[in-house]
Amino acid sequence: MAQRIDVKDLNIYYGDFLAVQDVSMTIDPKSVTAFIGPSGCGKSTFLRTLNRMHEVIPGARVEGSVELEGVDLYGADVDPVAVRRTVGMVFQRPNPFPTMSIKENVLAGVKLNNRKISKSDADELVERSLRGANLWNEVKDRLEKPGSGLSGGQQQRLCIARAIAVKPQVLLMDEPCSALDPISTLAIEDLIQELKKDYTIVIVTHNMQQAARVSDRTAFFNIAGTGKPGRLIEMNDTATIFSAPGEKATEDYVSGRFG
Amino acid sequence: MSTSTAPTLDAVERTRALLVSVDPGRRRIDRIMTVLVYGAFALAMVPLISLLWTVIDSGRVRFTLEFLTSTMRGIYGGIDAGGVYHAMIGTLVITLLAAVISVPVGLLTAIYLVEYGRGPLARAVTFFVDVMTGIPSIVAGLFAFALFTLILGPTGARTGLVGAVALSVLMIPVVVRSCEEMLKLVPNELREASYALGVPKWLTIVRVVLRTSVAGLTTGVLLAVARVIGETAPLVITAGTTDSYNVNPFDGRMMTLPVYIYSQWRQGVVPCREGQADCLADINELRAWAAALLLILIVMGLNLIGRLVTRWFSPKLR
Ligand SMILES: Nc1ncnc2c1ncn2[C@@H]1O[C@H](COP(=O)(O)OP(=O)(O)OP(=O)(O)O)[C@@H](O)[C@H]1O
Ligand SMILES: [Mg+2]
Repeated sequence: MAQRIDVKDLNIYYGDFLAVQDVSMTIDPKSVTAFIGPSGCGKSTFLRTLNRMHEVIPGARVEGSVELEGVDLYGADVDPVAVRRTVGMVFQRPNPFPTMSIKENVLAGVKLNNRKISKSDADELVERSLRGANLWNEVKDRLEKPGSGLSGGQQQRLCIARAIAVKPQVLLMDEPCSALDPISTLAIEDLIQELKKDYTIVIVTHNMQQAARVSDRTAFFNIAGTGKPGRLIEMNDTATIFSAPGEKATEDYVSGRFG
Repeated sequence: MSTSTAPTLDAVERTRALLVSVDPGRRRIDRIMTVLVYGAFALAMVPLISLLWTVIDSGRVRFTLEFLTSTMRGIYGGIDAGGVYHAMIGTLVITLLAAVISVPVGLLTAIYLVEYGRGPLARAVTFFVDVMTGIPSIVAGLFAFALFTLILGPTGARTGLVGAVALSVLMIPVVVRSCEEMLKLVPNELREASYALGVPKWLTIVRVVLRTSVAGLTTGVLLAVARVIGETAPLVITAGTTDSYNVNPFDGRMMTLPVYIYSQWRQGVVPCREGQADCLADINELRAWAAALLLILIVMGLNLIGRLVTRWFSPKLR
């Protein structure tokens, strides 16, 4: 059950510093949306506001609204913890819990919340999540081994399994392949195609080919200069962004002519 | 399918010159530094080895089972008897009590400082922890004594509990400092990973941050224990001295190992009469040395336990 996201007039601040200005966009359910743009233009910042991870940083705040199926995530009675359960996140660097085994890592969302789960349910959830993350065959014989003993690409897929084990509606991925080799990258791209049947997916990437391969829609962010806020320049179907973008800046960026 | 030919002799020579020429100055400095470092290490080891040797050599004379299991009750002069049991129990009880007081306070303070503390309050806490670190131990003893005299009157201020409170004053800043460092070492990425799974902050702290750093926290606590277990001055003032066994820290004086060592040593040589068979002139000194050996063994034992705990809890790679 995927859900759509509507962002309206969003300004994002770190303390007094306006990092991202005036973003409005719609993210369709059961689709892959890619964010591209030069370094420092606020892609990660914007992505983190979609599940209120932004607030974890002291002094960080937002103006405007982010609506999930019409409900404002920043509404007064909305619990950020519940938001993060609904909108999952995968980070740029794989970050499995070093004290936990592979299995415990997958179950982390359940176990850390002190929720009870029967052994058979747990086993089933572990297998389903690991299969969902394309990792099951590689680790099924060593589920009790520490998660940090896996390769970087396997760790990243473990983090994806961990994120989908809490059954979110939306999955945010911040450069999930930037630390991975081409084969692991392909495995994750295939996985994204699988996951989009059930989830709304937003992915940040610096890899134009990747954006073109995996996404249905692409949003291009840009920044006018250092110290200036990042802005959403344009958002459209991926094919349009890469073949006939509406803005000169987008065309320069996707064709690699960007300074 | 290499198309390149073998390198010419000339090229080999030039490359060799490039790679082999070592800056002679750097090599010399490397030698000097190596010698310096090893020298400093040896120099630091000399007093340590000498200390251990002296304590073991002098302490083993009276280090018997009887010494470990008897008290000083009814022992006087140069009698070849008496032991350290009451002081050992006193040290264990008071130190444990001090740890029970200091660890929660210190750990919670450290958690506050690392996970929540912002602005003036956190800065004030850090400042006062620094101030506490510098409190002379005798002042901590006087403070605990005065505090309990105020509450319970002069008779209530001489118990093991008062000693434990005095030690806590010394122990808390050490616990805060070392736990703070350990909690700071936990990568932020792990906290974020936990938040992103919809885990509330307090559970993240308990289940991820504390769990990840538990090995370091244990080491920190044990260092703090080792820091106070040998304290003498505050215990002389608070827990006092006694010759008898007392395991209740809430009632009556309690002997401890450092105070035992001090009081035995202070009694000095026993004036034995000529030809008196069961009078040992240096019995007090020997008891002091044996108790010192016991104290060192206890500290080493604690360190060993710390090592084991660290090994059990630290993240494994395979
Ligand atoms: N924790 C923070 N505190 C203050 N400013 C921050 C913080 N994180 C990011 N910024 C600033 O916000 C702006 C946007 O950063 P952000 O990380 O979102 O860029 P990005 O588009 O994700 O870049 P990259 O492609 O390099 O990951 C930058 O100017 C950055 O310096
Ligand atoms: Mg980023």
